[in-house]
Amino acid sequence: MVERHRGTPDIKSILRYLLLGIMGLAFTAPMIAFLLNAFARQWFFPQLLPQTWTLEAWERLLSGRSEFVQALGNSALIASVVTLVALILGLPAARVMGLYRFRGKRVIEFLLLLPAVVPPLAVSMGLTVNFLRWGLAGTWVGVALVHLVPVLPYVVLILSGTFASYDVSHEAQARSLGAKPLAVFRYITLPMIFPGVVVAGLFAFLISWSQYLLTLLVGGGRVMTLPILLFSSASGSNNTTIAVQALMFTAPTLLLLLFTSRVLSRNALTGLARL
Amino acid sequence: MSSESNPSRWHIAILLAPAVIVLLVLFGGGLIYSLLQSLGWQPLIGQTRLSLDAYTNLLFSPDYAEVFWSGLAFSLWVSGLSTVISAILAVAIALLIYQTARGIRLWTFLFQFNLPVPHLVAAVGMLFLLSQSGLISRGTVALGLTSTPADFPILVRDTAGLGIIIAYVWKETPFIGVIVLGVLRSMSDSYDPAARNLGANGWQRFRYILLPLITPSLLSSSLIVFAFTFGAYEIPALLGVRFPRGLPVTALRLFTDADLNARSEAMALSLLITLMTSLVIVVYLWLRGIAERLT
Repeated sequence: MVERHRGTPDIKSILRYLLLGIMGLAFTAPMIAFLLNAFARQWFFPQLLPQTWTLEAWERLLSGRSEFVQALGNSALIASVVTLVALILGLPAARVMGLYRFRGKRVIEFLLLLPAVVPPLAVSMGLTVNFLRWGLAGTWVGVALVHLVPVLPYVVLILSGTFASYDVSHEAQARSLGAKPLAVFRYITLPMIFPGVVVAGLFAFLISWSQYLLTLLVGGGRVMTLPILLFSSASGSNNTTIAVQALMFTAPTLLLLLFTSRVLSRNALTGLARL
Repeated sequence: MSSESNPSRWHIAILLAPAVIVLLVLFGGGLIYSLLQSLGWQPLIGQTRLSLDAYTNLLFSPDYAEVFWSGLAFSLWVSGLSTVISAILAVAIALLIYQTARGIRLWTFLFQFNLPVPHLVAAVGMLFLLSQSGLISRGTVALGLTSTPADFPILVRDTAGLGIIIAYVWKETPFIGVIVLGVLRSMSDSYDPAARNLGANGWQRFRYILLPLITPSLLSSSLIVFAFTFGAYEIPALLGVRFPRGLPVTALRLFTDADLNARSEAMALSLLITLMTSLVIVVYLWLRGIAERLT
């Protein structure tokens, strides 16, 4: 299948590696631009690289109770709560979807996929108007609730993949030895599905972490998360500030890539494309 | 795999209930409420009569028609071109990586690198790279191609949406590409040498062997890209101009308008966007079914 040239490289394979190199540069270029800008003190127009470097923006943004630190905290809090709630709600459903065949399964599958792929505009506008009446608009609880719409479907989809290759008979053995339901879950089920739970949890965290539109509408500008702050910086602040915020916003997402770079299902990939 | 004695319908229903009820209330409820509001149902300001006024206003009235039709054309142009370019680049890069002997893990990693990067970061990155005093412009000065920022073409906030298209291509190419690469790696190793022995040249092997195998996955992932880019807000909001303006950006502006009457039009426009993307997604599901049967 592959032309392997272990000896002298020819023109064709040099060209191939050149193209791959350009590809790699193109896909990492924005991160390189952020890194350069985040540490640049003076960087006037024609200069290709900053002339002097500084940590000033990092010190300013990460000090004490800055708006940035608060946004970081809000984002982490909301994403953690959303992850936990989505896992608790999603695990039973994923178990059923992964293990059993039943009438109406296709309908449930469709219902799960729809919120995962439909653009959030119409849904979040409808919810915002209602949340305003219920006093949930402008609160982090309201924002966390609305984040469940894109997060929960992916948790169920990813975990049902885990349950599809799960052997229920271990649970029956534990029960026959007298284990109570909670003990069965704690000592049998959870250890066996744990890798799937970690991946689903990472996805849940990430999808919530990167929501802009839902937070903007339901939060109404009063729930300051990292994407909200970054968006408003992008149309006003100086480049160093924007670059630091963009790097901090992206860092957890790149960590996910390291964790899951091996096996990404089609559903998981679709989740990433949606971020 | 159901090795356990098949559970009762009640058992299944109870386990499904938490997730399904939460999604029905939040997703279904939000959708139905915006449908009602798009039909003019606004009890807060005393309107309870249902009508299609918001839709006819959007499509035909002088206040909205120009914004709507130019926005529709702009969004179709941006999503269509982004999808086609992403699909072509994705296949090219996937083939390049697939046929490379050395460093496959490195190339795959670099290809996947921006997969989890959010749309918002892609947009901000393009501001840094493509603006007239951005990093690429500095590069062209260093190479002697340009000498002032004004020499560099306007790629950010341009009327043709080029910056938006580049940002989408950057973000979505790896998604299609990784899926195509997966199909290539899962196929039998014997096709290519067999065709080679029969005297097929490189183009023929691609056209008659690889392309038919990757087509279902390529089409379905391209449709998803089209649907996502058509309904997404961040990139056209940061990299676009006032006119023409992408439909999602217009929808949000109408929603946050001080005039509450514009809300019905905002909801109507959002639902039209939802309807159009849902149609694409139905075709996607149908194609994905075919792709899964093939692989």
